[in-house]
Amino acid sequence: MSTITEKDVEYVANLAQLTLDDTQKERLVGELGKILNYIDKLNELDTDGVEPMMHVQALSNVFRKDEIAPSLPRETVMQNAPKDDGEYILVPQILDGD
Amino acid sequence: MSNSINLKTAHGLRDAIRGKEISAREAAEAYLNHIDAVDGDVRAYTDVWRDSALTRADTIDAQLAKGEDPGPLAGVPIGLKDLICTTEGTTACCSKLLKGFVSPFNATVADRLNAAGAVVLGKLNMDEFAMGSSTENSSIDTTRNPWNFDCVPGGSSGGSAAAVSAYECAIALGSDTGGSIRQPAACCGCVGMKPTYGRVSRYGLVAFASSLDQIGPFTRDVEDCALTLNTICGYDRRDSTSADLEVPDFTTSLTGDVKGMRVGLPKEYFTDALGAEIRDKIDTAVRVLESCGAEVVEVSLPHTEYAVATYYIICTAEASANLARFDGVRYGNRAMDATSPEEMYKQTKSAGFGPEVQRRILLGTYVLSSGYYDAYYLKAQKVRTLIKQDFDAAFEQCDVILTPTAPTPAFRIGEKSDDPLSMYLSDIYTISANLAGLPGISLPCGLTESGLPAGLQILGRPFEEGAVLQAAYAYEQNSGIELGAPTAIAESVS
Repeated sequence: MSTITEKDVEYVANLAQLTLDDTQKERLVGELGKILNYIDKLNELDTDGVEPMMHVQALSNVFRKDEIAPSLPRETVMQNAPKDDGEYILVPQILDGD
Repeated sequence: MSNSINLKTAHGLRDAIRGKEISAREAAEAYLNHIDAVDGDVRAYTDVWRDSALTRADTIDAQLAKGEDPGPLAGVPIGLKDLICTTEGTTACCSKLLKGFVSPFNATVADRLNAAGAVVLGKLNMDEFAMGSSTENSSIDTTRNPWNFDCVPGGSSGGSAAAVSAYECAIALGSDTGGSIRQPAACCGCVGMKPTYGRVSRYGLVAFASSLDQIGPFTRDVEDCALTLNTICGYDRRDSTSADLEVPDFTTSLTGDVKGMRVGLPKEYFTDALGAEIRDKIDTAVRVLESCGAEVVEVSLPHTEYAVATYYIICTAEASANLARFDGVRYGNRAMDATSPEEMYKQTKSAGFGPEVQRRILLGTYVLSSGYYDAYYLKAQKVRTLIKQDFDAAFEQCDVILTPTAPTPAFRIGEKSDDPLSMYLSDIYTISANLAGLPGISLPCGLTESGLPAGLQILGRPFEEGAVLQAAYAYEQNSGIELGAPTAIAESVS
């Protein structure tokens, strides 16, 4: 039986880039625990030697010719940018220093 | 005049427009007026494109005036789920994070509908990022079931199903990852089909779980379903998982004849979990097909009880990867106060994603995290193989599989919203088709005592949509079941 602790929830939230308050953490420990217990049902099955299925189609890499084709106009793409200088999308400073 | 327009099927309306009995503008106006009349109650639309729809209808009429054929969906008013990208209006997946997002390109299905002469009326409500079975997870509003405004329309494509059932569009497109077309179609009493994985290009469909997602139609009859598939199916170089196979004319499968067709009933689907009322209706449906000459056989899908668990590992794992892109850098509602990129990502996601989306991202991140990958994700992929093998074996004994679409009719708004697991279990009969990549349809099979629609599901072998449609059409033509308009809607259309 799976148990998920508040520490686990914090760890996973950090990986997923989510910030949770204490109420949310407490609620998620309960909800995720219940779902994980249900999921544990799969352990009833012996799957030794069964091939995992990543995808319904037996596709390997799909290649295409590397051809130059028109891409979307910059102004169309930039219309959704939260912050930009007309040429680049701007984000908060990444490296320390001036 | 306007009322009779809304009641027509898409193919009936298309014929009337091509025959110039009704203009495309009259059709668009009739639908837009009806939306004005009923959508305050139904709340299916998140955005109505009044001006562009009328302009587009005028273009269709101009083509017809010149003697040109605008296409097989000439002038047919259509609605699109809010996760299908369109350069017109916004594509927000009913998420606060994407509120106001204007797609720089059209989804392939949107281009195909336009090329076929369709008139898009607007965008339809959904559970945020298609995660849910009731449309209650929309950040905008909860769509109401046209048959009973206190009940959910199902989900995640609840707006699409409700709009078709409330005569607010002739056809709607939705997407189905674990039942998100078929379950709401069952709840709202319309036809909904998930084609085989790979049949329809996913280019421009905002991804939830890429190995499971598929676009499909909601219609008022099986013929309209076949007609829509003819338009949206086909290979697309912009989706490398779309199947490079010839697309048959699906309307040729609508023969009404199922003599010699073997219909499989999976014994694992007919347990106590299935409500007696729905079960009776499915039994009746089986007898209808039998009376049309189909041969009924019992089949077994022994891993059925593991499908929901398998699904919630795979879909959340894929979702956690797909939704990582909504970090507020290039688009979306960025947290503007953040002073570092990391803070920006965290604040943007935490404020933008609703509770169910966060729950699934966390679950998906957990099952993929170091130390748990083998126990959860790899295990689920192995069970997925077993589920697929069950279907392969069953389809040696039968040509189509017949099941209920959902264990119960539409539930009441709020009834399951505090219990994620019980919500997940409403997809118990639909999930396996996504895991195995099969085509499946849901069609109405009557009303329950409480006046809510029940759904019949028919599944087929991969790329055998034709057989599914053949069985569905024979049932529809011979069942004597025609739900008509929901009472609350009838006044405005009859």
